[in-house]
Amino acid sequence: MVLAMVACAVVGDLLLKRGMSKAGAVQFTATGLEHALMTMITSVTIWLGICFLLGFMATQMTVMSWADYSYVMPAGAFGYALQTFLAVVVLHEAVSIRRWIGVALICVGVVLVGQTKPRTTQAAARVAEKAVLSC
Amino acid sequence: MLTVLLLIVLICGSTGGEIAITRGSKKTGEPARLRPKAVLKFLGRAVCNGWFWLGIPLMAASFFALLILFSWHPLSFVIPISALSYVVGALGAKYLLKEEVNTARWAGVVLVCAGVALVALG
Repeated sequence: MVLAMVACAVVGDLLLKRGMSKAGAVQFTATGLEHALMTMITSVTIWLGICFLLGFMATQMTVMSWADYSYVMPAGAFGYALQTFLAVVVLHEAVSIRRWIGVALICVGVVLVGQTKPRTTQAAARVAEKAVLSC
Repeated sequence: MLTVLLLIVLICGSTGGEIAITRGSKKTGEPARLRPKAVLKFLGRAVCNGWFWLGIPLMAASFFALLILFSWHPLSFVIPISALSYVVGALGAKYLLKEEVNTARWAGVVLVCAGVALVALG
């Protein structure tokens, strides 16, 4: 579920960036904002990005219904590491040392958070127990 | 100045929204099973929760700030700064959601934050 969450977020962000880059810089004037809004509404890339971000939200809500927010949130950053691995393996891109250090820090950080208890609040456990019993 | 304001909206909107939605999801209770039907039933119950509807406008504001920032600046500028949301989120989890954020979790969050900034700088 966390992997699905990360994949949806990575693809969604990439599609949004591509869609907004095509639209050009947004101008803070009435016509500029109108143009930006029309671009957003008519862009297939942006809508596709929104669909992936909705998928991200659904998976995130499901995971956070039982795990801590501070436990799930850093795991989401694993997407940046995934992007770098994909860039090297699939696209054969050259990756700088600085970026590899960043990936290493993310992985160590995610592992450190992964060592902690996934759920530290009791309220969620009680509500979940009741929901299961009432099914 | 507008960029700074949008970055604040981006960071506070996304973490505030996620914290509200987390509270709503926890109040709803987890799905009985990890099957599509049970998950859809859970999502249906979760969207009826008031916390969900508090989170949505905050996340929408953050989303539009992100779109505008993406059109103004490269990813290598926006993402490293938005990585601060990991620290803001951990603070929110500790003080608003009353989660136990121990030293190991703090260390992990700070490392992730620094790592995301370095990756985005390329």
